[in-house]
This record gives sequence, C-alpha cells and structure tokens, in this order.
Amino acid sequence: MSNEAVLHAHSDAAAHDAQGGHHHEHHHHETFISKYVFSQDHKMIAKQFLITGMFWAVLGGLMSVLFRLQLGYPDTTFPWLEDILGKWAKGGHISPEAYYALVTTHGTVLVFFVLTAGLSGTFANFLIPLQIGARDMASPFMNMLSYWFFFAASIVMLSSIFVETGPFSGGWTAYPPLSALGDASPGSKTGMDLWLISMALFVVSQLLAGLNYISTVLNMRTKGMSMTRLPLTVWALFFTAILGVLSFPVLFSGFILLIFDRNFGTSFYLSDIFISGVGALPNEGGSAILYQHLFWFLGHPEVYIILLPAMGMASEILSVNSRKPIFGYMAMVGSMFAIAVLAFLVWAHHMFVTGLNPFLGSVFVLLTLLIAVPSAIKVFNWLTTLWRGNIRFTPGMMFAIGFVSLFISGGLTGIWVGNSALDIHLHDTYFVIAHFHIVMGVASMFGMFAGIYHWFPKMYGRYLNNSMAYIHFWVTLAGAYLIFWPMHYEGLAGMPRRYYDYSIWESFKQFAELNRFISTVAIIVFAVQLLFLFNFFYSVFKGRKVTVQNPWSANTLEWTTPIRPGHGNWAGEIPEVHRWAYDYGKDGKEFIPQTTPVGADESHH
Amino acid sequence: MTMFLTIAVIVLIFVVIFQISKASEYVSVLKGEDISRKQNNKINGFLMVAFLVLGMIGVWYCNKLYFGKTLLAVDSASVEGARVDSMLWITLAVTGIVFIITQVLLFWFAYKYQESDKRKVFYFPHDNRLEVLWTIIPAIVLTILVVIGLRNWFLFTGEPPKDAMVVEVTGKQFNWIFRYPGKDGAFGKKYYKNIDDASGNALGVLWDDKLSHDDIVTDKMILVKGRPVKLIIGARDVVHDVGLSHFRMKMDAVPGIPTTLWFTPKYTTKEMKELTKNPDFVYEISCDQMCGNGHYSMKGIIEVVDQEEYDIWLIKQKPQYLVANPDKDPENAKPVAADTAKTATKVVAKL
Repeated sequence: MSNEAVLHAHSDAAAHDAQGGHHHEHHHHETFISKYVFSQDHKMIAKQFLITGMFWAVLGGLMSVLFRLQLGYPDTTFPWLEDILGKWAKGGHISPEAYYALVTTHGTVLVFFVLTAGLSGTFANFLIPLQIGARDMASPFMNMLSYWFFFAASIVMLSSIFVETGPFSGGWTAYPPLSALGDASPGSKTGMDLWLISMALFVVSQLLAGLNYISTVLNMRTKGMSMTRLPLTVWALFFTAILGVLSFPVLFSGFILLIFDRNFGTSFYLSDIFISGVGALPNEGGSAILYQHLFWFLGHPEVYIILLPAMGMASEILSVNSRKPIFGYMAMVGSMFAIAVLAFLVWAHHMFVTGLNPFLGSVFVLLTLLIAVPSAIKVFNWLTTLWRGNIRFTPGMMFAIGFVSLFISGGLTGIWVGNSALDIHLHDTYFVIAHFHIVMGVASMFGMFAGIYHWFPKMYGRYLNNSMAYIHFWVTLAGAYLIFWPMHYEGLAGMPRRYYDYSIWESFKQFAELNRFISTVAIIVFAVQLLFLFNFFYSVFKGRKVTVQNPWSANTLEWTTPIRPGHGNWAGEIPEVHRWAYDYGKDGKEFIPQTTPVGADESHH
Repeated sequence: MTMFLTIAVIVLIFVVIFQISKASEYVSVLKGEDISRKQNNKINGFLMVAFLVLGMIGVWYCNKLYFGKTLLAVDSASVEGARVDSMLWITLAVTGIVFIITQVLLFWFAYKYQESDKRKVFYFPHDNRLEVLWTIIPAIVLTILVVIGLRNWFLFTGEPPKDAMVVEVTGKQFNWIFRYPGKDGAFGKKYYKNIDDASGNALGVLWDDKLSHDDIVTDKMILVKGRPVKLIIGARDVVHDVGLSHFRMKMDAVPGIPTTLWFTPKYTTKEMKELTKNPDFVYEISCDQMCGNGHYSMKGIIEVVDQEEYDIWLIKQKPQYLVANPDKDPENAKPVAADTAKTATKVVAKL
C-alpha cells in the first residue's frame, strides 16, 4: 500500500456516499473564471479573503521581522538587506525612512487587511450562510464586489511600497499635520495619496460586506432558526458587521477632509504651521485633534471588529471540543451586545494626553473601564465551559484556549492604560505596544487560527496535519508571550514607541540585550508561521481526506452539508432547526445536532 | 555565505518537521485514529499544565531580570508622579490576582478535564447566580480603580498651585525650544508667521509687544526642586509630545492648540544621579508622538536645580529680544535710549 493509499484507504466509499446528492444540483455550468475568480459563492469568496489575508499576514509579518532586526541589532549590518531594499537599506542598515515606512505599513495591513478583511471577511462569508441555513448571502454579487474592492485596495497599498518617495511613514493612525504635509515627511507625499486611496477602497469593501452580513443574518435564517438559536459565531459576526457599518463611514469622512487638506488647500486639520525650510503655511483655524476624534471613532470599534469574530469562534470551538454547552449563552450574547454599544463610547481614551477636556476624559475613563465587565463575564463563562467537560485537544481547541489566555493577559493591562491617570505615564510607550499586540493582535490571530483549523475540513474536505499544527501552536503561544511580556517592563521604563534607535537615550538604552532577545524570538515565531502556511497549502491539495460528514461531532448546520458542498450548500431541502446549537452531553447523549427535533422525554434546562 | 547557510539550515529543519509530521500521520492512520488521537490528547493535556508552570516561572524570572531597569525601581522624580506609582501598584495587585487565578484555572481545567472515557460531562448551560457574581465583583473593583484614577486625574489636570513657575515648551522637527517669561512673569505675544530662524526668532515672537522684551529662550529646561512648574505646550509644525517619564507625565504638543501640564520636581539632577547610581543620569524629554523620520532623536534635557542655582542661571540669560535685535542691546550700542533696554542693562550689570 502506498503512502497516499494509507491516508485515503477508507475515504472513497464514504465520501461518495456523503456527496451522493450533490451531483444533480449543478445545473449551471461553471467556468474557471466564475468558479475561482469572479465567484459569487460565499464559500469561495471566503477562501479568497483568507488567502489574500494570508498574503498580507506574511508581508506584514516580514516587515515586522525587518524592523525588529533594526531594533534588536542596531549596530550590525546586513548586506542582504541592501540587496532586497536597495536605497532604503544602504550599507545593510535600514534607514529611518524605511524603518518608519515598515512600521506604518505593518500596522495598517495587519489591522485592516489581515485582522479585519482576513478574519471577518473569511469567517463571516464562510460561516454565516452555512450556520444559519442559507444557500448564500443576501446579495452574492455585492459579496463578490466586496472582495474585489478589497483586492483593489491591496493592489494600491502594495504599489505604494514601490513609490520613489516611499510608502506612507507617519504611523498607521496617520495623524495630520504629519500625514497632510509632504514637506514634513517624504512618506506623506505620493505614498500617502496611495495609502488614502487604498483605505478608501477598503472602506467601500467593508461597507458592502457588512451590509450583506447584516441582511443575511436578519432575513435568511432557515425555518426554526430564531435569533436566540444562532451559534455564537454568527452573533459575533453580526455585531462585528454592525460596528463596521456604523463606524467606517466616520473614518471615511475623516479621510475625505484629509484629502481636501492635502490637495485642495482647506484647513480642516491645519493651523499655525511653520515647516523648516519651507516657511509658514497659510492655513489657520483648523484642528489637528478633529482628525483624531474621527479616526478613533472608527479606531476603537475597529478593535472589537477584530476581536468579536475571534471571541465568537473561540466560544463555538471551546464548547464543541469540551463536549459541553457554552456556559451562559444569553450572557455571552448580552456581553457582546454591551461590548458593541460601549465600543462607540470609549474612543477618546486614545486621546487622554492630547489636551482633551479633563472632564470629558473622566467620562471616557468610566466608560472604558466599564468594558472590562462584559469582558470579565466572557472570560469566566469560557472557564466554566471547560469545567467538568471532556476536552479534546484538536488544533482548533488548542488555539481557542490560547486565545482565552492571551485575551486575559492583554485585557487586564487595558485596565491600566484605560485609567487616564496611569495613561498619562504609559501612553505611547512599549506598555501600550504589549497591551494591544497581546489582546488584539495575537489573541485575534489565535482566534483566526482556531477558526482555520476547526473549519478547514469544511472548507477543503481535507484535514490539516496535526503534528505540524501542534508545533505551530506551542511555538506561537510561547513565542507570543516571550516577545510581548517583557515589553511591559520597557514600557514601565517609559520607553517610547516608534523609535528607530534607543542607544542615544540615557533613559532607555538599558534594554539593548532584551531588544535583541525579542527580535530573535520574533524571527523564530515568524518562521513557524511559514510552517503553518506550508501545512495549509500542502493540505489543501494533499491532506488526509475527510471521510465523515461531521468530523468534530458538532451540532451546527454546516456539518449537515455534504463533505464538499457545492454552490447552494445543501443538495436537497435546507434543514429545519429545532434547538439551540449547544446540546452537548444532554441526557447522556454525546451531542444533539440542531436539526434533531426535541424529543418528548427530553429534559428542559 | 552565512546567509545561505542559515537558509539551508532553516529549510532542512522544515523538511525534517514535515517528514516527521507526515510519518506520524501515516502511523496514526495505521494504528487507528482513535488511539493516536487519545495519545495526542494526553500529551497536549500535560503540555497545558507544563506551560502554566513554566509560564509562571518565566513571569517571575522576567521580573527578576528587568524590574531593576524600570522606573519603579527608583522613586518618582515628581511629587505627583508618586501618586501615579502608588496607583500603579494598586492596579498591579488587582490585575495580578485576577491574572493568576484565571490563568491557573484555564490551564488547570484544560489538564484536569482532558478527554477520558470514564468521565460524563456535566450538562451545565447556565446559572444566573454565577453570572451575577462575576458581573458585580468586577464592577465593584473597577469602580474603586476609577475613583482612585479620577481623583488623581483631576489633580494632574487641574490648576497648578499659585506659586508655580511657568515655562513654555515648543516642539519642532526635531528638537525642543523653551521660553521663560522673564521678570514680568508674562510671555510676549507670538504669531507663527513671524517665525524666522535666521534672525533669532524661532518662536515668532512679536517684538512690538513689550512683554516679550524680557522673555528668555533656551534649548534646555531648568527647573527648581520643590517648586511646581506649569508647562504651556505648543508645536511649530506637526504633533509632538512632551514625554517626561521620570516625572510620570506626558502631554501632546499640537500646532495651533496650546496644552498645559504641571508637576513638582522632587529631586535635583544631582540627587537623581545618586539615587539611580548612574553618574550620567539626565532628565530627558522624549518625543512620544510620531513626528517624522527624526522622531527617535527628538530629545530635550531638563536640569532640576535648587533655587539658588536657578537664580544664578536666570541672571546669566540674555533676553531673546536682545539676541534677535542686537542693535537694541546696550552692550552693543551706547548710549541707551529705550526704557526696555534699561531694564536689560540692569540685568547685565548684575553679572
């Protein structure tokens, strides 16, 4: 028996059976273009978002490796850097221009392209129709447009890297006047124009996607699928979409004003500016702080746009693999609702030290710390879900547990920086970097990995390799803590963010050795992500085939579709739903799918 | 060459991991997937608890290595900063306890409730008492933290004491300019279109305003130990931030919108040299808001001295009005006519 035959020995017969009904439903002919490129099938669009997101994750991760090289080894030259970066790394040393461009692009693409488009783009598209029992999105065409607007945004962002004056380099938040004035920073010339165009296209993509998700969840649930029977993933993605639809337009308005200031001589953000070498600018009466309000009105909900999908998927995966219902379903929905509402009321906690009215600041302190309450509810509910369960450590489950750990660690430091009297000390130091990378960056990446490992069998009809998955998990979890935990100490020494070189500072130069350590771990963690990528693409084509319809013994509807569902998801009728998604271990039964009618002798809870 | 070697080694490691992973997959299929899954489960369950133990040791070790390098190892250099520190310790205690409890529970549960054929899972979908419990306790604890925080916040952002000295701080790419109001205690008006670096008017001061005639402009901030200081902060080009980590304070410098910040220095620079056991110690102002490619080098120096030393220093300074308008300087042009120049003469005479 050949190796391949070992893997697929029992698969063919069963697979044929499970896919039996699926052949007749293909009435329309699909070409390569309509199936893989301009596809209107939500599952294919999800995969497009995922793979584009992965492309950006690699690029964004690589950028962080490059700037970590500068931070960890400021005195070492790397001749190969000049080979790949040219004038941006003369003599094998990344220039400050390049360093700031890398930092800025890393932030922008990771926040928007990977953790927004790559995360909710993938899983909202994939899971919403499958889990609510719909054949596709409310508007498959808008869905397709949403991907292609994202694609266009990606192309424009990518092209900005090759501009002569360099990509935008003023930080991912793009505060004017720095971002408005090409004379203040070369990156604010053509690079910033492209950045703005790319982000505008991205906002369009997000709005098309979000409206679609909302209308799909509200209108296209199958028979019996009341809102309170929705899996928590769908609830999370639903709230995410609402946040996006309500906040992205505000960001867009901020960008429009910025475009006017940059190109048409208005003074929305500009006032009293004298640029050395250029002279005094005519603009008067604008407020640089206005932009910060508009930006963070999206910027803070954006944090939850990134986190909520991860929370939803972690909830689902923890329950399935503990073989136990999620604890406090309604409390979970309620806390997500609370988070979604509060997300709009805390934006100015990013602006405590801008000279904001102190009274206004105090209101934002109160509202910010209030968010810790629903977050605490969620954490304790996850812990109680694990308690007295029967836990299977599938790779998805491992990442879900890792997500909870990271969410706790990063969430708790939010109580520090959310309190303005502490923020006045910690703002814009490495403490903040550690805080948001753990709670929003790595935790959400873990949520995304959990989702990929858990739903990969549904996406591609094959399994990922478990051994590689476990290596991926343990190295990434340990690495994430090794990278970001010590950064809290740098922050407590007041070490500022976005510095190219600390050696000239008496107050911050004592961490040279630690910086080197962090950079080394970052490189290792990045390498392990390549292992994951390899596992992913190898398994798409060569992975062990899925032979059973419901490999995780889960209750939700996506596992009632054929192993490789076609466009339309279910071959015959859409199944009817009779119960919530979390009847695991009820009445001595291992699991009871949502499609099973409630029995006469079934206990109530 | 080393680069190719490194790549070769990495590729080799990848290949080895891949081969082992594939092999273990074949083995698991041959052995029966259920058996190998259970084996994996045991291993990962053990690793969960191992990670917890190693992680906690790591937390302790990290603290041992780096605590001494943080600012907490030395007292706050400002009276108000001490309140930041004490609040920081309270917050650390609260979040630290929660951190340990929740992480221990998470990884311990993962280990303890790993799959076993013997266990029957406990169907436990909800319990309102528990939900209320972990809604109310965090809410109470957070209220306490908010109260402490806001009391400090209103102190920090409130009016400084009456006897506070005033210094104007202006950020520009990529350095800081300081202005002292001089004897009259008031700054002369300024307008950004008057800025002219070449003629000694980096701030755009209106020389017609008599209040400006005794203003002193420096590139270093001198403060007095024990005397509150109010900073009036502005920026000439883009947003900067006056980062005063030793004093635990920070405030943005925004073009067109002045901001303020006050604090009371507690130790002179000399005393801090002894406290930190670092003979090179200086109070540094770090720019904490991304301001362009030279952001990382935008350093300002503060020197805290006692009152006497400050008085001597102040007397030695020549008002910027005279620097920018040398024809008005009595040292250059005698006899002196203008009233303002007379005051200046007195200052110079004292030297």
